[in-house]
Amino acid sequence: MKGLPVISRRYFIRNVSLFSGGLVLACDMSESGKAGENNADNTVFKPNLFVELHPNGQLILTASRSEMGQGVRTSLTSVIADEMNADWSRVMIKQAPGDDAYGNQNTDGSRSIRTIYEPMRKMGAMAKAMLIAAAAKRWNISVDLCGTEMHHVVRKDSSEKIFYGDLAIEAASMPVPENPKLKSPDEFIYIGKGLKGVDASDFVHGVSKYGLDIKIEGMVYACIQRCPVTFGTLTSYDDSETLKIPGVLSVKKIDRIEKPFGALGGAAVIANNSWAAIEGRKALKTIWENGENEGYSTSDYMKSLTVNVQKKAKLIKEEGNVSDAFKEADQIVEATYELPHLVHAPMEVPNATAQVLEDSCEVWAPVQAPQVTRQEISDFLGIDLEKVTVHVTFLGGGFGRKSKPDFVLEAVALSQLTGRPTQVIWTREDDIQHSYYHAISSQHLKSSLKNGSVSGWLHRSAYPSITSTFMPGVIHGAGFEFQQGMTNMPYEIKNTRFENGEAPAHVRIGWLRSVYNIIHGFSVNVFADELAIAAGKDPLEFRLAMIGSDRIYPSDNEYKLDTSKLKNVLKKAAKNANWGRNLPEGHGLGLAVHYSFYTYVASVVEVSVIEGQLKVHEIHTVVDCGTVVNRDTVMAQMEGAAIFGMSLTFYGDITVEKGIVQQSNYHDYQMVRIHQTPKIHIEIIESQDIPTGIGEPGVPVIAPAIVNAIFNATGKRYRNLPLKAFGLVK
Amino acid sequence: MIDLVLNGEQITVDVSPDMPILWVLRDILELTGTKYGCGLGVCGSCTVLLDGKPVRSCVVPVSTAQNKQLTSIEGVAGLNSNIQKAWEELNVPQCGYCQPGQVVSALALLNEKPDPSDKDIDDAMSGNICRCGTYVRIRKAIHLAASMENQSPNTEEL
Repeated sequence: MKGLPVISRRYFIRNVSLFSGGLVLACDMSESGKAGENNADNTVFKPNLFVELHPNGQLILTASRSEMGQGVRTSLTSVIADEMNADWSRVMIKQAPGDDAYGNQNTDGSRSIRTIYEPMRKMGAMAKAMLIAAAAKRWNISVDLCGTEMHHVVRKDSSEKIFYGDLAIEAASMPVPENPKLKSPDEFIYIGKGLKGVDASDFVHGVSKYGLDIKIEGMVYACIQRCPVTFGTLTSYDDSETLKIPGVLSVKKIDRIEKPFGALGGAAVIANNSWAAIEGRKALKTIWENGENEGYSTSDYMKSLTVNVQKKAKLIKEEGNVSDAFKEADQIVEATYELPHLVHAPMEVPNATAQVLEDSCEVWAPVQAPQVTRQEISDFLGIDLEKVTVHVTFLGGGFGRKSKPDFVLEAVALSQLTGRPTQVIWTREDDIQHSYYHAISSQHLKSSLKNGSVSGWLHRSAYPSITSTFMPGVIHGAGFEFQQGMTNMPYEIKNTRFENGEAPAHVRIGWLRSVYNIIHGFSVNVFADELAIAAGKDPLEFRLAMIGSDRIYPSDNEYKLDTSKLKNVLKKAAKNANWGRNLPEGHGLGLAVHYSFYTYVASVVEVSVIEGQLKVHEIHTVVDCGTVVNRDTVMAQMEGAAIFGMSLTFYGDITVEKGIVQQSNYHDYQMVRIHQTPKIHIEIIESQDIPTGIGEPGVPVIAPAIVNAIFNATGKRYRNLPLKAFGLVK
Repeated sequence: MIDLVLNGEQITVDVSPDMPILWVLRDILELTGTKYGCGLGVCGSCTVLLDGKPVRSCVVPVSTAQNKQLTSIEGVAGLNSNIQKAWEELNVPQCGYCQPGQVVSALALLNEKPDPSDKDIDDAMSGNICRCGTYVRIRKAIHLAASMENQSPNTEEL
């Protein structure tokens, strides 16, 4: 595990020349002391930060985003390899450490492929152009007479060809192309196909290194007792019993770091193995000053949220006049939807290993935001960014939890205190009880029906905002939150009004896979179904009519919501599920359609409710995410999102009493398991449009489709989750 | 001192007898393929075999394994390489973290029922959580592994 890759000024200039004015993929590291052309291996061709070709033909490609199950190490690098016409079997993947040189590395917002597909293609095209130039020079012919084929430059006028590895040295001295030509889609060899995951074999043999698998010479393990109430502080502790446990070395108090991703603080048991640290913590006696969040009760809080959405709230956006529409209505429909806090619960708990030395720090951690992590460490230790190295391990799931590196700051603080490399291990209980929670919410929707269609639409929401994590005291939602399926809802309704009620935060609030699309996707899809029923119409026909005409919404970026695509995925999902067919007794079909992360997804779900027990039989999902880089990955993300969505529908429920989270582990924060898994069918729309998000958009449709299907089966409408609270699942 | 037969190899570890097998494997022997997930035996990430039977190593003290055949993920390929082949063939893993536990549970299942039904799979695998939701593929991979001829060298060890 070495430090940063050696990058010369020359490489820097090459990268910047490719991206001047746009995404900067390299920073000038020549003054950091890490550059130095002297260190460069002259036999290796490194046209940019992402490509490294060795004389033996081995091609080392760098993945700049974190791997947490979304297949990003395969997809991003396959794009480079495709443009190079490289032999995939000669490719090795290197994981980038946290460094601004790689451009934005935040692995969230379903944006890896979406934002760096094009830059990665250019990295490959640039390397290919230089290899061609080297071959043309050797043959003394024009580059126009050269092409490439499976790791070789080939001559168009003869059968001669040169192996890429044999061109490595010469290619390195070729001029950097200003604007390398990209392939046309019909020339793709990997993009759009289903390459297998590069890490699958290591995963199944148990040899991949996740954060928790890091072992550093001389390291100690730490398990931290944090205040059960968010932001409470440690008054005192008694470690007499703890220190009797074999393997326990010491107990250290760590202070809260008052930053969005700062450590919560508490008492850390330091030991020479994980188990001793965990057992030592059990024996620790602590006294806390619970602080102002002690009064937080989610049952009371939900009542107040609902009060806030059942009266006029802060106006966010209005078009037309809903009051008039309501006055002139044939029928008014309204409903309130209450959804609880959720937690990510990735299989790998938060953890980090840090080694703080006199004026430097090195960490190994499963982080979704390595650059943010690096910056936070630099700020905390008061040392230069260049003195901080963040190695990104595999992430045993992320789902947004590992975008917040509070656990890394803990390891850094403790390594400083112990003077040794320190691994902080969170237990599952810690993970469930000290997270950045998906927001609890209440939403009220009210609509008018006039001549069989929707004439007015009022949507009021109240939930603690993610902004509260960054700006304590915030009591309203933010624009980016409203835009996750509320204010940008795609229905053709003349009179619309959006309001947001007050909701102060009493726990740390954070993003969780698909974020506020979960709550808006739920309320809007269930309410639309309720409207169809009220209007006496088929939910599919009614919904298509609600979406209305083909139109493209304006936006301030290159992604535009196109209603024809939305209708298309819905129609296809309905067709695949054979919508309208006769169903067995107790069975029902439900649909939902949602646009998030610029991707269109519809799901139709078949359920049964027999003897009061819910079973999900089949899920048909159709997704339009523009250009597909890896078909199998898109399928996998949609399959996984269906299960993730089912888990939150069935079980997701974090409750808090007296400021203390009531759940603690997978027995009371349950997950869907294999015996509950339905048949899942995925259809991907063929498209050559720009790629859009895929990690999250499959989630928001699942809960409403299930709830709508239950209504179809039973005539009972469930407006609150989880369904376990109603006894529908065990 | 605890004597173990780990993946066919006789070893001795100097640990407290009540230390769970999980932490002996991970922190003492540095065999990190077996994963911590819950510490309660409810998620299956830490599944290992004791005399061929799946156990949750996070709640089983190492003394229980004394003089028994202990199989961790690192020993699976030597017993039945088809499971991992099938997992790779169908690209089962997403984040991969729970998969060693899934694979070990599948080994125990196939050992008992070489051609399992969906119901058998449900019964044997419902103790293993996959937060990424790879269950559809796990089911397919078990059927695929069952259909392949076992060419592993050490089948008699189970």
